[in-house]
Amino acid sequence: MVVAVRYPVQANRGADRGGVEIGLVRFENVGLRYGLGPEVLRDLTFHIEPNSFQFLTGPSGAGKTSLLRLLFLSLKPTRGLISIFGNDVVTLSKDELSVLRRRIGIVFQDFRLLDHMTTYENVALPFRVAGKDEDSYRGEVMELLHWVGLGERVTALPPVLSGGEKQRAAIARAVIAQPQLLLADEPTGNVDPSLAQRLLRLFVELNKSGTTVVIATHDIGLMDQYDARRLVLHDGRLHAYD
Amino acid sequence: MSDMRMDGELSIRQRMAGLLPRMDTPIVPKNSIAGRALVAVVAIMTFLASLTVGAVMLVRAAASDWQSDVSREITIQVRPEAGQNFEGQIERAVEVAREFSGVGEVRAFSAEESARLLEPWLGSGAALQDLPVPRIIVVRLAPNATLDLAQLRKLLSERVAGASIDDHRAWMDRMRAMSNTTILGGIGVLLLMVAATMLSVAFATRGAMAANRPIVEVLHFIGATDGFIAGQFQRHFLVLGLEGGLIGGAAAVVVFMLAAVAGKWGFGLAGGEQLAMLFGTFVLRIEGYLAIVAQAILIAVVTGFTSRQTVNQTLRTVE
Repeated sequence: MVVAVRYPVQANRGADRGGVEIGLVRFENVGLRYGLGPEVLRDLTFHIEPNSFQFLTGPSGAGKTSLLRLLFLSLKPTRGLISIFGNDVVTLSKDELSVLRRRIGIVFQDFRLLDHMTTYENVALPFRVAGKDEDSYRGEVMELLHWVGLGERVTALPPVLSGGEKQRAAIARAVIAQPQLLLADEPTGNVDPSLAQRLLRLFVELNKSGTTVVIATHDIGLMDQYDARRLVLHDGRLHAYD
Repeated sequence: MSDMRMDGELSIRQRMAGLLPRMDTPIVPKNSIAGRALVAVVAIMTFLASLTVGAVMLVRAAASDWQSDVSREITIQVRPEAGQNFEGQIERAVEVAREFSGVGEVRAFSAEESARLLEPWLGSGAALQDLPVPRIIVVRLAPNATLDLAQLRKLLSERVAGASIDDHRAWMDRMRAMSNTTILGGIGVLLLMVAATMLSVAFATRGAMAANRPIVEVLHFIGATDGFIAGQFQRHFLVLGLEGGLIGGAAAVVVFMLAAVAGKWGFGLAGGEQLAMLFGTFVLRIEGYLAIVAQAILIAVVTGFTSRQTVNQTLRTVE
């Protein structure tokens, strides 16, 4: 499905509404610099609405990874306001940030599975970290593994999984705890086009079930397959194409 | 996603396949070169610390045995006085001692026995009868009795010319000083070993944290609190510490048991008797073994605690 790029709209449109609408994620004049270097992100003002689906794209070095790190609370902005789930992230303690992160699922481009743990254990890790009893989630994890096509690989260790299997395990780990916000960094970067299409369908299904999805990608072909909002980063500034 | 949620129910296919995995893999990988090296370091430290504790306890027990033996005994020395019947002096001294309250047994050394005492210095065959050699009277205290030493000293000086009392106090003071110094030295060695163990563990934890940084980051990103991550590392190092502590402690127990057996075999030989005289029987008492076990546990706890502190310090640097 090819979607024509519509007119670019300055990303501070949400702010123009007078800040009445509070999104799931709210950036107001956010700037970020590393140390004493130049600002890598400048004046970012945008909202991400609940249950929305968006692609985050832009050329290499535009600041996608930095923006994702701000979104999954790995960095704090050097200026401006970031509100996630209604919390001003600058004011939160480290432990409060950790608890907030449990409502965010992250899929890394390099999967970041723990090699000494089985596929099942990797996927169940968010429950373990949250201190849940294994009996309460074992069935759920098994069901999700079957759903992403890893039902026969539950006891396999990541080093013996294929790239596609690793990617699906990483996605399963990100969504197992039913996060409100799912962030994916180049989720199709290491897989063939047909698997990329299947993974996109997976993200669309998750979005339909109520998860807000942000996919960072370079893949124009992938973005053309689904009609969704595009957040384009260029030279540290963000433009939204609704 | 509705078909993903099955209210915790497993499908028949899964149940029939028997695929019921358990979450039993530790988050921090158990076997690593750093982990094995740390077990070896903790085992060696525990072994050396246990040997120190055992040796200190042996010395302390031997010193206490000597002191209790000697403190139940005093010596009266009678010097020949001009114009006095020497044997009469001795008899009077024995009489005074026997009649004194708290005295159990009194035995005067004969002239021959006194001569034998001097043999190492004067050689055999010396004409001691012409010399004014003092005579020794050994006084043993009655069981559980106390002796008024000042009163006895006073009575003797009044009734027996040339008599004096030696209660071995100076010797016991020297003995006590020696055993206290040994104990203090042992405590110093132990403290150094605990400090060395803590440093080794801190370095090993930093190494493990560096090697497992991807794990720490993943845990961080899926919402683990610093306390949870630190707890995982602490558990890992506590287990390593316990492993090392048990190996080192067990090795020390074996060494002490072998020493006890060797001591029995050596009994009757010149060297064995010398050792037995110094250390009593070379047997560690039950308190000694308990101290070794307590020490192994202490070192394991120190290992766990140190690793937690190190992990907390490292986590403060992780964004």
